[in-house]
Amino acid sequence: MSEAFAIKMDHVWTQFGDKVVHKDINLALPQGEILGLVGASGCGKTVLLREIIGLQAPSQGEIQVMGESLKTVTSNHDERLRNHCGVLFQKGALFSVLDVFENIAFPLRELGVEDEEFIKRLVYMKLENVGLSVNDAWLKPSDLSGGMTKRVALARTLILEPNLLLLDEPTSGLDPISSQDFVDLLSELHRELKFTVVLVTHDLDVLRDLCTKVAVLADQQLVAFGTLAEVMVNEHPFVKRFFHNQRARRVFEYQADQAHG
Amino acid sequence: MKTQAVLETIAQNDGKDCIRLSGEWTLKNLIGNPALLKSLKLTANKNGLTWDLLEVDVLDNATALLLWQTWDGKLPAELEIKPEHQHIILKWQSQVIPVIDKPVFSLGRVALHFSQTIIETFGQLSNFVIILGQLLLDTGSLIRHPGDIPWAEISITIYEAGVRALGITALVGFLIGIVLSYLSALQLRLFGAEIYIIDILGLSIIRELGPLLAAILVAGRSGSAMTAQIGIMRVTEELDALSAMGISHSLRLVLPKVVALTLAMPLLSVWTSTTALIGGMFSAQNTLDISYQQFLLKLPDTVPLLNLLIGLGKSAVFGLMIALIACHFGFRIKPNTESLGNETTNSVVAAITIVIMVDAVFAILFMNVGMP
Repeated sequence: MSEAFAIKMDHVWTQFGDKVVHKDINLALPQGEILGLVGASGCGKTVLLREIIGLQAPSQGEIQVMGESLKTVTSNHDERLRNHCGVLFQKGALFSVLDVFENIAFPLRELGVEDEEFIKRLVYMKLENVGLSVNDAWLKPSDLSGGMTKRVALARTLILEPNLLLLDEPTSGLDPISSQDFVDLLSELHRELKFTVVLVTHDLDVLRDLCTKVAVLADQQLVAFGTLAEVMVNEHPFVKRFFHNQRARRVFEYQADQAHG
Repeated sequence: MKTQAVLETIAQNDGKDCIRLSGEWTLKNLIGNPALLKSLKLTANKNGLTWDLLEVDVLDNATALLLWQTWDGKLPAELEIKPEHQHIILKWQSQVIPVIDKPVFSLGRVALHFSQTIIETFGQLSNFVIILGQLLLDTGSLIRHPGDIPWAEISITIYEAGVRALGITALVGFLIGIVLSYLSALQLRLFGAEIYIIDILGLSIIRELGPLLAAILVAGRSGSAMTAQIGIMRVTEELDALSAMGISHSLRLVLPKVVALTLAMPLLSVWTSTTALIGGMFSAQNTLDISYQQFLLKLPDTVPLLNLLIGLGKSAVFGLMIALIACHFGFRIKPNTESLGNETTNSVVAAITIVIMVDAVFAILFMNVGMP
């Protein structure tokens, strides 16, 4: 049963000292979906993402990733779990001492792959996948623009073709064109590789164009979960403010106008 | 649970072997199973095999490449495969591998590198002079406008670099005092000249070891911290924020550090010398039976006051140099972790080297001053 869900959260509570960040969060995300996690700044979206990655443990409750409980993982399991997940951090988190090629090849080398020809072909393929030129392979991360950094980080994340991709604000700091390119790229890769995606975002365009499911965090709880259309009719005050403010209306009405030709 | 990758060799009626793959053929599964990888490689040497991939559930790009390499870059004549998996494998057929001109060794490149190093060294020197010059201008400006003196920053740096270094300097000074006293005592006892331990310890510690030890510790402890602090400010764009607000880096970052270390170093030096002398006295009493009272009474006679003044003057210059070098290397840091590590190391190495060089200059300049 649990295998069908990419992520399953059962009564997850998170507390930092006296401060309660998450109150009884329950969520079951089927595999292959693209989930957009939204909420006000500081509401604990990134904390929830870190808990899914396994970087920190919830105070109470259980999280299952790809059918495996994070509570029961041993170090071996831990490794397997890391192999399920690919994580794209907000600022890319590329290793500044390595060039682009070595950054992308890093997970392969860590896994013990030694065949240089194999590594080269796979890295070139991923570079092409994320729309970068092979000539960019010898650049250092400090020479890359924001959009390129995200693309290289995505290539590194995808090199092992994870079943679950976790993205922390993937379009923050990108101009609208780069942002749209990134969304298109992710959508195309999702079609091809069929992974599950969880992304934390404030970008309404991303929710509209990419996400098949939306989860809203407010008042320390998961107040809405479903398709965008389902979430938009939710009566929670935060959801109403988030999806029915002037800017949101412009974004979603534009989509409706386009749909009606 | 996940299905593992399975490779079976099935003998067929026509004498040909059939290789049947099933399960999840992903790179992670393969790397975790060296025996399977070995079996796959063994098939590469066999001709006339039949391949059955119909029971493969998952095939990722990396494993497709592995199969493609095993098949020597062409599809086997007898292959049964799902269309979607064939599509993945054929992607490798159409991949064009570009030829990259990677840098190669040449004399020209060596000469270029060498000339760049020389230019960089001169660049460093000029930057150092610029910082020094800016500091003088700032000092002039502060004399005209005393209200602009960054008292808070100076006070914080004195606390961080001076007060918080008291423990480690005391410990190191005390231990060095004991060691020096003990080793000297062994030699002096041979000549029956035990009483001269006070001369040796007094002169060497107050004039030389105290200031030098304190400076080396401060260079390693506070110099590196100052370089890293400025470097992190570069990485987090705080330096740019200060510039955008029209606040001088030199006035707000360099000057407080230089002033604070110039003031704190002589005090730390006196503190280190004191603890080293206490260590020396302690050892002298135990090894040579020279009492604390005798040691303290004879110390002013054997070590003229000028030595203390030389030590203090030297320490002030050490503090000035350590702070300037730390700031100089801090501003050289580029916004990446490699540069941060390199420049912090360079800062500490340069500061300790310069401290020892300045010490040598002082030794030569004051060769005949302060001797009993």
